Amino acid sequence: MPLEYTTISQISGPLIMVEQVREVHYDELVEVETQTGEIRRGRVLEAQEGRALVQLFEGTAGLDVSRSKVRFLGRVLEIPVSRDMLGRIFDGAGRPIDGGPRVVPEKRLDINGSPINPYARAYPSEFIQTGISAIDCMNPLVRGQKLPIFSGAGLPHAAMAAQIARQATVLGSQEPFAVVFAAMGITFEEADYFISDFRRTGALERAVLFVNLANDPVIERIATPRMALTVAEYLAFDLDMHVLVIMTDMTNYAEALREVSAARKEVPGRRGYPGYMYTDLATMYERAGRIKGKKGSITQIPILTMPEDDKTHPIPDLTGYITEGQIILSRDLHKKGIYPPVNVSISLSRLKDKGIGKGKTREDHADVLNQLSDAYDRGKEARELAVVLGEAALTPTDRLFLKFADEFERRFIKQGPNENRPIEKTLDLGWELLAMLPRSELKRLSERNIEKYMPKTQAAAGD
Amino acid sequence: MARDTGIIGKIVRVSGPLVVASGMSGARMFDVVRVGEKRVIGEIIELRGDTASIQVYEETSGIGPGEPVVSTGAPLSVELGPGLISSIFDGIQRPLNVIHSIAGDYITRGIDVPGLDRERKWHFVPAVKPGDAVGPGDVLGTVQETPLVLHKIMVPPGVENAKVAEIREGDFTVEEIVAVLEVGGQKKPLTMMQKWPVRVPRPVREKLPPEEQLVTGQRVIDAFFPIAKGGTACVPGPFGSGKTVIQHQLAKWSDAQIIVFVGCGERGNEMTDVLLEFPELTDPRSGRPLMERTVLVANTSNMPVAAREASIYTGITLAEYFRDMGYSVALMADSTSRWAEALREISGRLEEMPGEEGYPAYLGSRLAEFYERAGRVVALGSDRREGALSVIGAVSPPGGDLSEPVTQATLRIVKVFWGLDDRLAARKHFPAINWLTSYSLYTDRLDSYFRKVLGDDFPEMRDEAMAILQQEEELREIVRLVGIDALGGRDRMILETAKSLREDFLYQSAFHEVDTYCSQRKMYGILEVILMRHHKAMEAIEAGADLEPILEDPVKEKIARARVTPEEEWPKLHDEIVAAIRHGYSARTRAVS
Repeated sequence: MPLEYTTISQISGPLIMVEQVREVHYDELVEVETQTGEIRRGRVLEAQEGRALVQLFEGTAGLDVSRSKVRFLGRVLEIPVSRDMLGRIFDGAGRPIDGGPRVVPEKRLDINGSPINPYARAYPSEFIQTGISAIDCMNPLVRGQKLPIFSGAGLPHAAMAAQIARQATVLGSQEPFAVVFAAMGITFEEADYFISDFRRTGALERAVLFVNLANDPVIERIATPRMALTVAEYLAFDLDMHVLVIMTDMTNYAEALREVSAARKEVPGRRGYPGYMYTDLATMYERAGRIKGKKGSITQIPILTMPEDDKTHPIPDLTGYITEGQIILSRDLHKKGIYPPVNVSISLSRLKDKGIGKGKTREDHADVLNQLSDAYDRGKEARELAVVLGEAALTPTDRLFLKFADEFERRFIKQGPNENRPIEKTLDLGWELLAMLPRSELKRLSERNIEKYMPKTQAAAGD
Repeated sequence: MARDTGIIGKIVRVSGPLVVASGMSGARMFDVVRVGEKRVIGEIIELRGDTASIQVYEETSGIGPGEPVVSTGAPLSVELGPGLISSIFDGIQRPLNVIHSIAGDYITRGIDVPGLDRERKWHFVPAVKPGDAVGPGDVLGTVQETPLVLHKIMVPPGVENAKVAEIREGDFTVEEIVAVLEVGGQKKPLTMMQKWPVRVPRPVREKLPPEEQLVTGQRVIDAFFPIAKGGTACVPGPFGSGKTVIQHQLAKWSDAQIIVFVGCGERGNEMTDVLLEFPELTDPRSGRPLMERTVLVANTSNMPVAAREASIYTGITLAEYFRDMGYSVALMADSTSRWAEALREISGRLEEMPGEEGYPAYLGSRLAEFYERAGRVVALGSDRREGALSVIGAVSPPGGDLSEPVTQATLRIVKVFWGLDDRLAARKHFPAINWLTSYSLYTDRLDSYFRKVLGDDFPEMRDEAMAILQQEEELREIVRLVGIDALGGRDRMILETAKSLREDFLYQSAFHEVDTYCSQRKMYGILEVILMRHHKAMEAIEAGADLEPILEDPVKEKIARARVTPEEEWPKLHDEIVAAIRHGYSARTRAVS
């Protein structure tokens, strides 16, 4: 039984200062028993001789200085893991909330994990088919990648994430994805949407959910994604599963981090976020990946809402510097009624080159990707010009590109939330759209691919 | 690591990567210490009385007050000798492959491994004989470390007026004695390994101004914003603008003899990419795998923050060592912003008064000290060999805002600025170096070199091309307001040539087999034909020729192919283009007159 201290000297925001302590360690797990007997957990933020600064996950409301008891547990925050966690729902601190039994642990793991040795990493290169054309063709996701969705308030990122979780498969492989879902500070409705969607489609059986709701303790959010990732690592590298981790909403996480930092009176960086936020986010995002000689993988889709749709805000900005690309949602497309409203011009998947082409998707994938994105950009330019000068001022070619851009948005990007488009169908659709344009303008396509894939009617229409 | 000194203190405070210990009297600034029961590695960064503040290079969780701190009495040093090339080290020179074999897939704590392989034998060939007088920097012998790198074993700095007493050829490990020197009547045995503290620049005989170009094979850089051997450059840009691709391209194709690549606080997969790709790629000059001239230092963003601060110094010390052998070395640091952030984090924990945006007030001077370690030098040693160390730092300004402190402090020091532009990247123009804002202060210095190596008219060609690109910007503004039809023939041609310059010259695909590297000759040739077409077209327009056929001239297609035409086939295509332009325009001008 560890020593109990009743020597709290100060409570401020989520932090408490405990005096006259002996044998405390940095990052050690702490239990605080309130006068009503409620147990709250926290961790040591600063260990000094004779005193410790402790951050409580569940907040300090109802705590008093004189009667609360503090115990230092001599270990860091751990999470019990087991295969039986699949199909279960936990709160943000890892306690079951689905009415099911306690998890019998096979192992207890430090939620902070350890950095993967870059030398041990295998380069991600297996294409994941999400069934969403705007991702599969234009910004392909590969196993072991971390590809965030930059969204805005009111945009349908939740529907998109649920769709990805439902549909993600690797071509030619029967191995299903396990889904680990970490919700941080989202509303009950949003959480319920995910849970019932997982239930409805049977995805829940192969999912582990950690849910910290908007009215749950704020500081708990700092631990939630780490628990989720620890479970993901266990499933991926101990049990050889392919794991898709969805973390939403990272903006709430970052705000919790800022709250702790402000309570510690640290020198703030940009917009009040702590200077170490880059490192802090990286210690989570970098837990995605593949390891040489291991079967499993961790693919991450963090979701964040950009304040004011501004991608230079510190949260999306620092995220973009760490993740391997970003899917950016567009309010304009959303207003036009296009789902998923992915702005393919500024979205990017950094690992796409390794995941596509012959033997992975199809030989013409890179050509189609480049040509579609070229033609769409040109169409959007024409659209802008048409706004200023009127459509009549456009050259006939520009008019074609304008029409292409409209069709591309309406038929290629747009699809149903339950529509699972195989990559072949996506690519064929791409060719169908490109057939609208004169062949002399299609410089990114190789002759061979044009021969093979261009719908035959094009010869008459184009030249 | 050095032996323990007997100075044993006691931890009084742990806060993230910062540990404070008391009872440290006798310890010196920047001495390496072992912290706690787990003996993790740290470095003293502040002393107050007998209290030392220590930045710890490993995770500190589970360490608490009362645990011991032991000083090693030596500053953070790297081991220099055969075995560096083709290695991948962490921020404090622990080989990641060795850590992998000891600890498995994850990096755990308290692993103590030497930088250089102790088992491996290297064939040492003496370059001096007993009785020869030698001084600091003199080459005692050589080891063929890789087919590309002849590793020179040098007399360490500080060993003056020595005479070779014994030296022998043979296979040795880095710890075995290969030579014995006589210094002031005393015998000094030497191995092939020396140690050097990373925060101290290695001494040179003399610094020289740079005068030769570091050829990178990237057209926009080599033609418009060249960097000199021994020069400094920075690449700031928001995420997604291609910083890392540019750094990788330079590491692959620049004509330095040794490349040191420091991945500082960046993505793990990027280092994996380098590890997998470099052994596969061949150096266009030697035909050997690029890995045979490369040293990697990797401290990814999830590895401990203090070691990130050290990784830059570890990298540059390794680079200086090869420079001292007389090689041209290039160091890429990706990204210096992460290094600055590490500095900021430690400074914050030390409760120092912050400067701008929380960065410490000494950010500028630290950056300057780092970049000043670059340069063209005459190395120590009686043969006066010349070496050069070029430094190229990536900067990741938050939100792409160049007014932030790290970018601004860097721009005050470096001579070349390759400004990456979001909008170019969104238009898929790569490398997304904005030609209107970027600059190189080496251009003037290198002009005589260009005239000699590339062609007497190259500087004028470059200036003309730049002028056309500048004019394009103004003309586009007009087009936006009143439409393209308002422009006259000359202006239309300027837009046409600028487009060609952008698409056929400045644009360069890093992922295209041929286009990824462009020789100087081909670069000159492409620029030459684009401008030649421009001049001829302008003449024809002056003479009153029809505009449309000139703008739609089929030679365009040929010029567009130049980029992706292999080097061997280029002279033929070049001649075809020149002939087509000559013939086409003389016909057109005749028709008008």
